[in-house]
Amino acid sequence: MKELSQTDPLVRVRDLKIGATTDSGRSVEIIKGVSFDIAPGEIVALIGESGSGKTTIALSMMGHARTGCEIRGGEIEIAGRDVAQMSERARAALRGVDVSYVPQSAAAAFNPSKRILDQVIEISAIHKLMPKAKAEAKAVELFRALKLPDPDTIGSRFPHQVSGGQLQRLAAAMALIGDPKLVIFDEPTTALDVTTQIEVLRAFRSVMELGNIAGIYVSHDLAVVAQIADRIVVLKGGEIQEVGETQMILDAPEHPYTKELLAAFEPVRHEALPISARAEKTPILKVQNLWAGYGPKRNGEPMAKVLRNIDFSLMEGRNLGVIGESGSGKSTLARAIAGILPAYRGDVLIDGHQMPPELAKRRKEDLRQTQIVFQLADTALNPAQSIGAILSRPLAFYHGMKGAQAETRVIELLDMVRLPATLRYRLPGELSGGQKQRVNLARALAAEPRLILCDEITSALDTVVGAAVIELMKELQRELKLSYLFISHDLSTVEAICDDVLVMYKGEVVERMAADKMASDATHPYSRLLISSVPKLDPGWLDGLEQDPELIARFANR
Amino acid sequence: MKTLSNPLLLISHAHHGYAFNKVGRAGLAVIIFWGLIAIFGPLIEPYPPGQIASYDIFTPVSAEHWMGLDYLGHDVFSRVLMGARYTVGIALASVFLACTGGVILGMIAAVAGGLFDMILSRLLDAFNGIPSLLFGLVAVAAVGSSIPVLVLTLAAIYLPGSYRFARALAVNVNTMDFVTVARARGEKTPYLILREIFPNILGPVLADLGLRFVFIVLVLSGLSFLGLGVQPPNADWGALVRENVEGLSLGAPAIIFPCIAIASLTISVNLFIDNLPTKIRDRS
Repeated sequence: MKELSQTDPLVRVRDLKIGATTDSGRSVEIIKGVSFDIAPGEIVALIGESGSGKTTIALSMMGHARTGCEIRGGEIEIAGRDVAQMSERARAALRGVDVSYVPQSAAAAFNPSKRILDQVIEISAIHKLMPKAKAEAKAVELFRALKLPDPDTIGSRFPHQVSGGQLQRLAAAMALIGDPKLVIFDEPTTALDVTTQIEVLRAFRSVMELGNIAGIYVSHDLAVVAQIADRIVVLKGGEIQEVGETQMILDAPEHPYTKELLAAFEPVRHEALPISARAEKTPILKVQNLWAGYGPKRNGEPMAKVLRNIDFSLMEGRNLGVIGESGSGKSTLARAIAGILPAYRGDVLIDGHQMPPELAKRRKEDLRQTQIVFQLADTALNPAQSIGAILSRPLAFYHGMKGAQAETRVIELLDMVRLPATLRYRLPGELSGGQKQRVNLARALAAEPRLILCDEITSALDTVVGAAVIELMKELQRELKLSYLFISHDLSTVEAICDDVLVMYKGEVVERMAADKMASDATHPYSRLLISSVPKLDPGWLDGLEQDPELIARFANR
Repeated sequence: MKTLSNPLLLISHAHHGYAFNKVGRAGLAVIIFWGLIAIFGPLIEPYPPGQIASYDIFTPVSAEHWMGLDYLGHDVFSRVLMGARYTVGIALASVFLACTGGVILGMIAAVAGGLFDMILSRLLDAFNGIPSLLFGLVAVAAVGSSIPVLVLTLAAIYLPGSYRFARALAVNVNTMDFVTVARARGEKTPYLILREIFPNILGPVLADLGLRFVFIVLVLSGLSFLGLGVQPPNADWGALVRENVEGLSLGAPAIIFPCIAIASLTISVNLFIDNLPTKIRDRS
């Protein structure tokens, strides 16, 4: 191994090509000749939509290609050695010591049956780096550096005994134990709540700076990347679109795709539709003192009470956002309104009509008026049915449409959500995430509803794709006079489509306010904490952020 | 596909068709072969199965008797042809009854849940606790051996296992969002189980059917071996093995050929089920 001079890059990637072979034997190029450098101690972000190849490139730094894929050409030099040409044995020696990896879901990456500390120091045992006692001492040092609570004892817990944000930091400790020169972060904060994300980002940044470790940070979230990366590589379709210093990319993007990504961050503010002349007096949806929960019932009350005394109303043609962190009861609210989870106390009135809590007791006509769209389009579409069959079913079920009439309507519905008519012959597995979510929306529209309950429908989509879905929803609202109940943890999306916002915390509505005045009008301390925790497109945001530690202690479940 | 407005579609649909590998084809060929024998066997058998062809016993393969003679001097070739009808017919009928019943009940239990699921599951679990051959012996001995009794007994023995298997699969599918969406639409149980759940558990259910078929052939052979299966002068393959078990020490073809028949059928059913034709769908 040759000595590195100060100016040599730590990572030198030249003309990297990665390909795969499909089931029918067709060869596909995933990465089409990518070149970039990473200097020692520098953090480079790979950003792009899903399928752009960002994770594939990041994994190739360890010489790893996912099943079915292979590195087909080019050089990946890490500290002067070409990983692409290495034997599998040499790559194994490199992993964990020179290059290490922090996965997206730490919860899935930890073995639930082993204590955390034993897993964190595993790398030192595999590579015989140091005696066990020394490794344990080092791990505790890392826990302290990552600002974990009780650094001396947290290692003796099991993975389910710590929070999601803590587990993600512990995964970072696991990656750092072997003193790597390069750490790969694969969307490490995507699954975390915003208030938790801040602490994790701060911890990552401080240990990386302290150890002068280089990093690759894979993400689709520009605002998060802006806080941690020195340089940004924008990818699309397996090719580099643009490379630049973080500030430059944010201020003066050159490539149209980068501009699109940035534009998706500046949502077009929602303008309320003029309410129809007949000035509706009855709201389309009214929820009164609603209580709902899960588990076996005792004295008519379930063991786990999730929703407590929810009270709100939504006028026709208006959109109501529901924000809050995971576990706040947002999705349960949508389920209780739709009757999927029967509420045990309180009333749901749709267009002034009282709904029975149980789904089975509701009339078909009432069910038709309220449709629900779920977050994960993958699981919300039956993988065994063609798109045409999926869309025809509500037509037959609610409207009795069959044959050619139904087919014409399916084509119309696909057109409404801007999808080509030929798509109806395909299975859901053959569609992209954004297409699936549009089909999902089309299925709800097939019922000709007046109210659509949207449960995090853009959260699993790429920024640009999600923004397009939101635009589509606004258009549909204008054409079809719909009302939306829009559940999301993403405040900028809510701002883009909603008139009003409910803030939920632990199953209660803590505040209701106008969506365009969230930043200024929020009075409840939890709303303020939540709103201030959303990353901004400003590299200095995280440093400048000051939050009341008492508030954090009270509300954030870090 | 009538129109191809999208050029991407052209690429992805150019490869469409069914992929069916050689192992699967071989398995299917053997199954079809035995199926044809079961139907047309009696037309080509050289001797009636009950007729004693010669006073020689356990003779080796000869031009006149392709599979030799058995312990009474029957022509074994004729008897194997005749046995195909019983083995393939009874086993197929039982396995379809067992799996259809088990899968439908399993899906209903998964969708309905609650008390119905609990009672049905415990009942069938209790039933599952009875050793299968013992149950078969008692049932057949009590009612008397006839083909409908055999089919129903074998189906009853294998239904609880099929139920458990299908219920476990259906419970997983039942929690998926698309089923929730269908429920929220107001769909009733028959639609939920047939359109939403069944297509998504079909693969494993077929694999289970193949395995269960083999077990049924073996239990039927076992019952015949004990004299409670198909009654003489007719015989299924298991009965042929039992009749000629003394010939084992003589290496008589009379015992080898029925064994080969059982093995070839059960193995090829599994090869076929494990290598079903798959539609090639290429994401692009």
